[in-house]
Amino acid sequence: MNFTFTQDQLDFQDAIASMLRSEVTADAVRGRWATTAGVDERFLSQVHELGLNSMLVPEALGGLGLGVTDFILLAEACGEVALPEPVVESVMVSTPLLVDILDQGLGNADIQKVVDGVLAGDLRVSLGHAINPCINYADSADWFLVSEGDGIYLVPKEAISLKIRKSVDPSRRLFSVSFDPRDHVRVADGDVGARLQRSTLNRGALANAAQLVGLSKGMLDQSVRYTTDREQFGRAIGANQAVKHLLADVAVQVEYAKPVVYRAAYTVGVSPNRADFAVSHAKSAAARAALMASRHCTQVHGAMGYTWECDLQIWTKRAWALAREWGDEGFHNNRIHEWLLRKDALLGPEFTFGRGSITDLEKAS
Amino acid sequence: MDLVYTQAQQTFRTEVRKWLTAHVPSGRLPSFDTAEGFEAHRQWERTLAKGNWGMVTWPTEFGGRGCNLIEWLIFEEEYYRAGAPLRVNQNGIFLLGPTLMEYGTPEQKARFIPAMASGDEIWAQGWSEPNAGSDMAAIRCRADRDGDEFVINGQKIWSTRAVYADWVFGLFRTDPDSSRHHGLSKLLVPLNSEGVTVRPIPQLNGLPGFAEIFFDDVRVPAFNLLGGEGEGWRIAMATAGFERGLMLRSPARFQQACKRLVQLYRENGSDVINPQIESAVVRCYMDAEAYALSTYQTASKLCSGGTIGAEASCNKIFWSEMDLLIHETAMDLLGARAEIEPQTAAEFAELGAWLDGFMFAQSGPIYAGTNEIQRNIIAERVLGMPRK
Repeated sequence: MNFTFTQDQLDFQDAIASMLRSEVTADAVRGRWATTAGVDERFLSQVHELGLNSMLVPEALGGLGLGVTDFILLAEACGEVALPEPVVESVMVSTPLLVDILDQGLGNADIQKVVDGVLAGDLRVSLGHAINPCINYADSADWFLVSEGDGIYLVPKEAISLKIRKSVDPSRRLFSVSFDPRDHVRVADGDVGARLQRSTLNRGALANAAQLVGLSKGMLDQSVRYTTDREQFGRAIGANQAVKHLLADVAVQVEYAKPVVYRAAYTVGVSPNRADFAVSHAKSAAARAALMASRHCTQVHGAMGYTWECDLQIWTKRAWALAREWGDEGFHNNRIHEWLLRKDALLGPEFTFGRGSITDLEKAS
Repeated sequence: MDLVYTQAQQTFRTEVRKWLTAHVPSGRLPSFDTAEGFEAHRQWERTLAKGNWGMVTWPTEFGGRGCNLIEWLIFEEEYYRAGAPLRVNQNGIFLLGPTLMEYGTPEQKARFIPAMASGDEIWAQGWSEPNAGSDMAAIRCRADRDGDEFVINGQKIWSTRAVYADWVFGLFRTDPDSSRHHGLSKLLVPLNSEGVTVRPIPQLNGLPGFAEIFFDDVRVPAFNLLGGEGEGWRIAMATAGFERGLMLRSPARFQQACKRLVQLYRENGSDVINPQIESAVVRCYMDAEAYALSTYQTASKLCSGGTIGAEASCNKIFWSEMDLLIHETAMDLLGARAEIEPQTAAEFAELGAWLDGFMFAQSGPIYAGTNEIQRNIIAERVLGMPRK
């Protein structure tokens, strides 16, 4: 039992976080808003050179063979700067699905080509899931992983039709997609397809949970700076207890969301299919923290918090979106509720980890 | 990161479970804030001590087992799972014990720790005074040096367990010319000393869980000074304090309460559509587990030589407000039955536990530094917001 990150993992997070802070400033994000594509190609090739795209791909397939717990802190760091590009989704959700399909000997002639293209940084894959109405940055994708019923389809962009749906968050580029679910593009179906969709949902919810923790930290930092600089009645507004307590409440929620997200990362790494409880807990706790952060941080900015000029909106709007994408709090709380009511639910303090392992213990005692 | 218990940890859990199954008294003991309940709980402390289960993290020379914090968490999980009694000597074993081990002389350790571990000496705490509550540095109760003795005059209040306890520890002003956090010292005082008057204060449940203590020329030997003269504040605030904070409320306590809450919900609520209760039950279960995960994370960090981070300052707010929600939700599930005090043994075991827990939960956000003070601490020391 060791619930810590290794020094290597922490050092890597530091390195990536400091790169992100210098590259992805609020001005740089607003710069992306002014472009049609909304992504910075130079930044994306930098990400590729750092090896992020291949981090979670097994070595046998040409990747770095690292695990979800190696990436989770990086996902958090991406959230902390409110990174617009869907790097986290790509690394944690769509690429692992491609790998699963390939690993299980599923797919068609295209799959190997697509995986190779992703590893080479030449191809981008966008992913659609029934739980989300739209696909983010669909217009810069070369291939799509989309679902219909239990089926999963790998479709080239030529066979997809896109319709723009403007997001409240200018850093997101949403599209509703339609495609013809023909046999030759189907890569999984039936129980296998359903299982893959379930792991994809868990990975997607975890990806958002980690980013929501980062977003909350980002909002908190800005709010501490603002309330320290801004003076009223001859002193910093942050000296008032009413203001302090709003931000302290956020700090508490964030602090207790973090280990929940890390446990979910560990669980998804072991078995994405059996991670429903851990992931739903993570998504629910992280969404709750981030929505409270959005609300309280807007409040302590006063009228500035309600302006377009104030950079806080880059973070709050992302939090509003990510908190509900991949299942909102209600959806994830329901999954936990269902589990709590199961007759075979392993409840109690001895089951925080590895629900099930205790049965061996019962036999032994 | 490796979230699997080792074989040794599993074996330890089995051993704890086996011992507890054989020794935990059946049925709830009467409250330790009654004379009868206090003695019953003292008896339980003696039983624990005899099996060397009193404080598993303590070194073996003091009756412990030298367990690390992960093993301590496992012990606590089994302890609450077994429904074992609350610890009447928690002021001693969780608060004073670790301080004695860090700052006490070998003679002081020999004098106080074995008697604390055996349950022969139960401790009360003496921090607050009528004019020093949240502002603890305003302490005025004096302890004047007179040769090899201290002469104590003044008053303490909200002294938990003082009505039936044997000893009290607390901060006293040993330098009469000092102010604020200077000139304070930590002293250990027998409650049967001449000049000590204990006036019980009934708590919300009517039982005298705390007291006022009046000191009128009370003489204690200088031997009872813990740490240096004038170093009381530093000792009270010492880094060890974080670890004590970690151990004060172990996550298993809340996880076990949530397990009971889910059972209560299954029996009383799950067939009725009440989305608010459903959502509260889920929230409680998640929060209790989040608290456990956070504690495991901190324990792992400490076990691998790291230091405690921001989570330590946040934990008091988190568990105390969670404890309120757990018990408020139980009251909601019981509905109009919730107010009825137990009459039969069966009611005492189930309804009584919820009602007592609900009442006690009201005090969580107040004691050990109110949650308002905790929020100030987080804002100023963790987030770095301006003091004024």
